[in-house]
Amino acid sequence: METSTAIFLSILFPILATLGNGILRDQPNPRDGFTFVCAVLTFISVLVILSNVGSGTTAPISLFEVFPGVDIAFNVEPLGLLFAIVASGLWILTHIYGVGYMRGNDEKHHARFFACFGVAISSAMGISFSSNMFTLFLFYEILTISTYPLVAHKGTPEAIKGARTYLTILLGTSIALQLTAIVWTFTLAGTLNFKLGGILQGNVTGYMVPLLLGLYAFGIGKAALMPFHRWLPAAMVAPTPVSALLHAVAVVKAGVFTMLKVGVYIFGIEFLAETGASEWLMWLAAYTILAASVIALTKDNLKARLAYSTVSQLSYVTLGMALATQMGAIGGGMQIAMHAMGKITLFMCAGSIYVACHKTEISQMTGLGRIMPITFISFLIGALSIIGLPPLGGSWSKWLLMIASVDTGHQIMILVLMISSLLNVAYLLPLVARGFFLGSGREKPIAEAPLLCWLPPAITAFGCLVLFFFAGEIEGFLFPITAAN
Amino acid sequence: MATAEVAVASKTLADHLPVLQVVVPLVTSPLIVVIGVRSLAWPLAFIASVIAFIISCLLLYQVIDGGFISYAIGGWAPPLGIEYRVDATNALLLFLISGISVIGLPYALTSIRFEIGAKNETLFYACYLLCFTGLLGVVITGDAFNIFVFLEISSLSTYVLVAQGAIRDKRALTAAYDYLIMGTIGATFFVIGIGMLYMSTGTLNLADIADRIADQGSNRTIRAAFAFIVVGMGLKVALVPLHLWLPNAYTFAPSAVTVFLAATSTKAAVYVLLRFMFSVYHPSFIFEVNTLYFIFIPFALLAMFAASFVAIFQSDFKRMLAYSSIAQIGYMLMGIAMLNVAGLTSTIVHMFNHGITKAVLFMGVGAFVLKVGSSFYDSIHGLGRRMPITGACIVIGGLSLIGVPGTAGFISKWMLMQAAFENGFWWIAVLVVLSSLLAVAYVWRALDVIYLKAPLDDSVTRDPPLTMLIPMIILAVACVWFGIDTTISIGAASTAAESLLNGSFGMMPTEIPAEMPAEVPAPTIESAPEPETAPAPAPTESQ
Repeated sequence: METSTAIFLSILFPILATLGNGILRDQPNPRDGFTFVCAVLTFISVLVILSNVGSGTTAPISLFEVFPGVDIAFNVEPLGLLFAIVASGLWILTHIYGVGYMRGNDEKHHARFFACFGVAISSAMGISFSSNMFTLFLFYEILTISTYPLVAHKGTPEAIKGARTYLTILLGTSIALQLTAIVWTFTLAGTLNFKLGGILQGNVTGYMVPLLLGLYAFGIGKAALMPFHRWLPAAMVAPTPVSALLHAVAVVKAGVFTMLKVGVYIFGIEFLAETGASEWLMWLAAYTILAASVIALTKDNLKARLAYSTVSQLSYVTLGMALATQMGAIGGGMQIAMHAMGKITLFMCAGSIYVACHKTEISQMTGLGRIMPITFISFLIGALSIIGLPPLGGSWSKWLLMIASVDTGHQIMILVLMISSLLNVAYLLPLVARGFFLGSGREKPIAEAPLLCWLPPAITAFGCLVLFFFAGEIEGFLFPITAAN
Repeated sequence: MATAEVAVASKTLADHLPVLQVVVPLVTSPLIVVIGVRSLAWPLAFIASVIAFIISCLLLYQVIDGGFISYAIGGWAPPLGIEYRVDATNALLLFLISGISVIGLPYALTSIRFEIGAKNETLFYACYLLCFTGLLGVVITGDAFNIFVFLEISSLSTYVLVAQGAIRDKRALTAAYDYLIMGTIGATFFVIGIGMLYMSTGTLNLADIADRIADQGSNRTIRAAFAFIVVGMGLKVALVPLHLWLPNAYTFAPSAVTVFLAATSTKAAVYVLLRFMFSVYHPSFIFEVNTLYFIFIPFALLAMFAASFVAIFQSDFKRMLAYSSIAQIGYMLMGIAMLNVAGLTSTIVHMFNHGITKAVLFMGVGAFVLKVGSSFYDSIHGLGRRMPITGACIVIGGLSLIGVPGTAGFISKWMLMQAAFENGFWWIAVLVVLSSLLAVAYVWRALDVIYLKAPLDDSVTRDPPLTMLIPMIILAVACVWFGIDTTISIGAASTAAESLLNGSFGMMPTEIPAEMPAEVPAPTIESAPEPETAPAPAPTESQ
């Protein structure tokens, strides 16, 4: 199959799933089965694109010219492909899990839920294959809007309030800051096409460079850079499958992915390094990493704690970009995949606990590990990967970021990453310990959540392990993005 | 000199398109009254609109790449006779006005019968066609006094149409009366301005006035005329602070009338403003009168912020949209104030995009009125869930109003920001996005009400009838379509903007100075290259 066809299909299949949910609204099994098929087909399309890399042409495919010089166009490049693989692959698992969760939990409006999911995945695919900033922005906004009903899904006052925060911050930052930055870039460079080495070099100088970078960095609200991180904890009112796929993978990764894209293809790593424009961003990212981890420590609600952990982990990617060096960008790219795999495991486990015992607070989970051993072991593996211990995937991205810190002479960032790891240990592992070792000796029988709820996190936990051994491939795969000029 | 005169006898129907554009609805209107059969009123009005729409498409097709069509009424050659002149600027407007009419009339069929009762229908549609004729005439004509005449035709019939809302709410009468007073003041200012122009140039043909103004130097009468025309049209445009008539008129008019007026009437007034500012008064005049920056930018900002802010706190959906219209007019004026190609493009394309956006929103509200008899937030709780298609159309319209990418509203906002950056007015770009955050607030408040609040009772179970639904869907699709494929909208708008800035009246854009001056004073343009130097394939301007 042609790469171009495959790109269209990968964007189209999730939309098909949405339509299918609209038509088969009242027939649960065919509806969810159909969505599953669409998810698999989406993943296959992305794999086809992967298998075509190197053989096919990589010329951008242009759909419409919206303004002179600005069009809706798609292209394949390593970062985007990696993001697409992660998002579409995890969609399959999340869908299975979502069906189990929604049914096991007696949630309402299943069709609307899965329909919005389809739109969100479709826009994530659009984001990953965009060949210019305009197309990316288009899908970025669709992603924001399509996930709003998911966050407000329960319809309770807290859900509506959370959804409002979610929308205000994401839409607000993207319209007020990111759009300004994009139009400004366009007037400066005359193009918005992603190009290795950037398009801004020579078009902007002096204090304008960090200013423009700031507009982007804060404008990409989905990257949850402090102080625009509040939407992520607020979004935790959503049903857990949403938190799992969207707020650990698709939405937040779209944010940091955009951040990397801007760093690598709009500014260009070398340009950033020359001008030192990203120095301040590095400090801000470091601050976010630590501050969010500390906040996570104080949260008793499991999902809130995971949310702040996500805020912290996302800034690893921003940090990788801001270091403005090859290894940083690759480490950031790798962090997208590694963190996705780890965090989705944690969220799915949190959801399983909720489905099985309706517990949300960590302090209530005493002794649960002995009742739900598979869930808790999966959680442990995911947590270790987030912390960055070998032999789990998360260790590699942290490793690369540390190398990058040394490369650029910012040894202090190693310290930041270390402290962050320790904080991760402090806020993730107590739950496991509490689950397995605390509580009365009286044994209850093993009572796991339904199969569809505990199997997907077990698979992703295994995935964390597998990724450790394939880090070399990913690194080699991402390497072209640093071959500037 | 008027060259290339075509003998009248040799003209085909196609040559008469410009006049037919106006004559068809004009003749149909009395025809409806004369026939007097209620069941024929709507079909006749609809047929007239369809014909007008087809004509506008044909005209737009001919001029979208530049060039113009000049038509001499009754064969009297301009400048003595009245001239109709179609170029990309007004062809796009004709397309918008007649398109909205074709889409809006099926909607009106049910909505009007419900809101004003069947017995007034005959006269209503006659009056509607007069209003339609007036707007088309204002846009198509190339004669200053003719503009005034058509303006009055459309205004007078608009007062009547707004007053029809009185059958449901007596406040429509005061709204119409307010509009009558304010509209008349506006028209008076306008006609005084034209009188002054006539006094100093001795002609009423716009192109001819444009030629003669160039020789007048800094004539004080001409300057005063400019002020009168801008203020007079400002009233019609609802430029803040001359906007007071608009919220009530839009709120209390029957829904179908609001749809039509919101989408077309202020746009026609903006068009006249553009025409006078750029075609009659050469851009060099405006560059010279650089005080325009200080007048337009503050008022545009005031509109963008004050009106948006007021819109947030409305308790009536329709009234909220009315204030939002005032705010959106601020964007159009801001585009004009940028005085560059991107800015004017944004103004013209925003007239079009905002027209379809507001039409779909008012239609959605009208559907609520049909179901629950009111558009107050308190009475439309949860209706989006009960009327899913109407709700979806309102969401799309709302997103376009905010300017979310992928919708028509985004296109115009992008152009406006680009214009601001090109001028180096980055702070204006920032203010534009900030004001669209206010749009997020007022749109989301409405969406909250129609989606997240629990429905009041179970009386509403389904969408309105298809005659109302299909127009809404078409416009919602258009909102998305024109946000992605901009061949028509940006195509026509940029052609129009270039020719306007070139000071030519529908001429082929000769030679745009490669970069328009970024800052105000532009002495280089003083020796305005008049069209006779232009190597234009079209017949040259009459002198």
